[in-house]
Amino acid sequence: MAAFFVKSISLPKFIQYMNNLLVAENIVKTFGDYTALSNVSIEVPKGSIFGLLGPNGAGKTTLIRIINQITMPDQGLVTLDGEPLKPDHIKDIGYLPEERGLYKSMKVGEQALYLAQLKGLSNAEAKKQLKYWFDKFEIGDWWNKKIQELSKGMAQKIQFIVTVLHKPKLLIFDEPFSGFDPINANMIKDEILQLRDDGATVIFSTHRMESVEELCDHIALIHESNKILDGKLLDIKRAYKSNTFEVGLITDNKSEVTQSLKGKFEIADATFKTINDELKFNIKIENGASPNELVSYLTSKGELTHFVEVVPSVSDIFIQTVQNN
Amino acid sequence: MNHLGLITKREFLNKVKNKSFILMTFLSPLIMVGVITLVVYLTQLNNDKVRTISVLDESKLFANEFVDTENTKYDLLESLELDAAKKIVQEAGTYGLLYIPKGATIDEISDKVKFFSEDSPSLLVMDKIEDKIEEKARNIKLKNSGLDPEIVNSLRVKINANLETFEGEKTSKMGSGLKLAAGGIAGYLLFMFIIIYGNMIMRSVIEEKTSRIIEVIISSVKPVQLLLGKIFGTTLAGITQFLTWVIVGGILVTIVSAVFGIDIAGAQMEQQQEAMNQVANSQEVQNGVNVLIQEFLNLPLANLIIMFVFFFVGGYLLYASLYAAIGAAVDNETDTQQFMLPIIMPLMLAIYVGFFTVIENPHGTVSQVFSYIPFTSPVVMLMRIPFGVPIWQQLISLAVLFGTFFLTVLFAAKIYRVGILMYGKKPSYKELIKWLKY
Repeated sequence: MAAFFVKSISLPKFIQYMNNLLVAENIVKTFGDYTALSNVSIEVPKGSIFGLLGPNGAGKTTLIRIINQITMPDQGLVTLDGEPLKPDHIKDIGYLPEERGLYKSMKVGEQALYLAQLKGLSNAEAKKQLKYWFDKFEIGDWWNKKIQELSKGMAQKIQFIVTVLHKPKLLIFDEPFSGFDPINANMIKDEILQLRDDGATVIFSTHRMESVEELCDHIALIHESNKILDGKLLDIKRAYKSNTFEVGLITDNKSEVTQSLKGKFEIADATFKTINDELKFNIKIENGASPNELVSYLTSKGELTHFVEVVPSVSDIFIQTVQNN
Repeated sequence: MNHLGLITKREFLNKVKNKSFILMTFLSPLIMVGVITLVVYLTQLNNDKVRTISVLDESKLFANEFVDTENTKYDLLESLELDAAKKIVQEAGTYGLLYIPKGATIDEISDKVKFFSEDSPSLLVMDKIEDKIEEKARNIKLKNSGLDPEIVNSLRVKINANLETFEGEKTSKMGSGLKLAAGGIAGYLLFMFIIIYGNMIMRSVIEEKTSRIIEVIISSVKPVQLLLGKIFGTTLAGITQFLTWVIVGGILVTIVSAVFGIDIAGAQMEQQQEAMNQVANSQEVQNGVNVLIQEFLNLPLANLIIMFVFFFVGGYLLYASLYAAIGAAVDNETDTQQFMLPIIMPLMLAIYVGFFTVIENPHGTVSQVFSYIPFTSPVVMLMRIPFGVPIWQQLISLAVLFGTFFLTVLFAAKIYRVGILMYGKKPSYKELIKWLKY
């Protein structure tokens, strides 16, 4: 932290760097005539699982490569823990790229040792860590097998281990679940959560919205080289909610109730499974109006069996935002 | 973090532990020695056959000249008509029939000498026979002119200028051949090494791309480090293989020579020596061998060996970095073709300039120019050095070579950095230039 005082940065900057493990500011990257990133800024809070989302070709991978110092940005600054990126930061980052693989003709153990040493671990330390993970995943007997003898899922496990082996502060997973069966995917998911609980910060890039929903607490959405949305997932969901409620109502006089609802609210048909014969609607109330009013109105019309706020899914937000841009 | 050592070690071990590499390393000398042994054995088998040549000498002048040798027996026919003789020889199935007719003068006779045979006779055999007749005919003509052949032979003057440099070093024409051989072997060795192990580096880069491990690796190390580690590791593996070839080959040759009694090294010389023996007597050959040994020792050996190492390393590294760049630019080996030409062309040029221009004039303008151009200098300069090149010229050439190497590495590293992450399309030269600006 001494660096801050030497460089005497402003207090808001200081707080920004204190709270976030990674800050990327105004990143610009072009390849010839093609702009991959234009003025993209993100902040990844310490201890968060940060979802980096966007359609194919939006520039996510370029941004991740810049964070990994694989490519250099044309403009902009990336800081990790308050310090501008430098070669030594490599050991603080664990990166599982989407395009991943291992040396096919190399033995599992040798290969894992080699990759761990490239990340700066000593031979002894790497062996110790590998033993821990191999025991944990119960794959100790793979040590002398060649990668080409393993199945894709097995190789992915090795790949996951070498990504997290050196206990990096920042973990970057690009589509971590591809190639895994549901059981193993669950296991990896639990490991990621465990790593977060142990203090790591995770950047998570995927197209599987349900896993974003499940894991991420922050997201950023990149579209056509621009960041078009970012923040806490809950805040974003709140901002995107449409004050719509899914309603199931048992009534003897269906058409009359429907008519009177139509006169008072914006309604649409809804489908969900119930055990009774109900009227099913999505009812939108005015901004700022209380749902209690809707409830009391509905209970006066019949027996209310179903009342749920329609929360926008990440998938909806994604599609909506991308289409609006 | 510097992982050059780690990467070099992995690349080296990965190559050396590879089964096909091990097989190639130990099998190649075996195959080579086997083939040479076979060829030598077959040649000897071929020569072992004793030829019988029938001679019908109607002039009665040459009969004494045809003395049996180990491989050739002469069967002198007497008082037979030519047609009868032909019939007999054909039925007997001997090698052929030499016919020397009667004649008033030697010239008349020698014009009409004929050789009949089933198949075309060996040129070597005909040469020998012709030489015998020529020698005898000349002696007869000398005698007819009243001259004693002995005296005429003793009057012959043979000029063999004693070559010497201004510094007083004795040289000889044979030495020029030797110099050419020394330089040629050095240059050709480098050429082969570049092609074999350059390709190996290229394949190793492509392998990393196709296995998709590259992004994992370069999130840990700088591409330049990976590039250099790859070049160094493969080079070490190459040197190991080369040395193994030399050692195993040497041992095998010794064993084969001892066991089968076939002198592989000597065998090829045998025929030439046989021919040489006819012109020069053994004393002269002995002298020649002595001069040759002296010449060999007179070669700038220390200079050649030291510079061989430097030019070898420099030239190899220069091309190796280009091979690596090509590997990075493409997805698979078939796409490499279009980029190979710019590598092979200067190499071929170097070899041609080396073997034609340098032989003609080791210090001519073309030879000199090409021994400074870094892409040809390793081969051409190595071929010039045995003929004596001032040290300062060698050093300038070396400096240019290593300077270019560093530039090429920078260039290759740029292509490499961009290329290793590019998949799917085959890049054009235009695109490669664009990559340099990324």
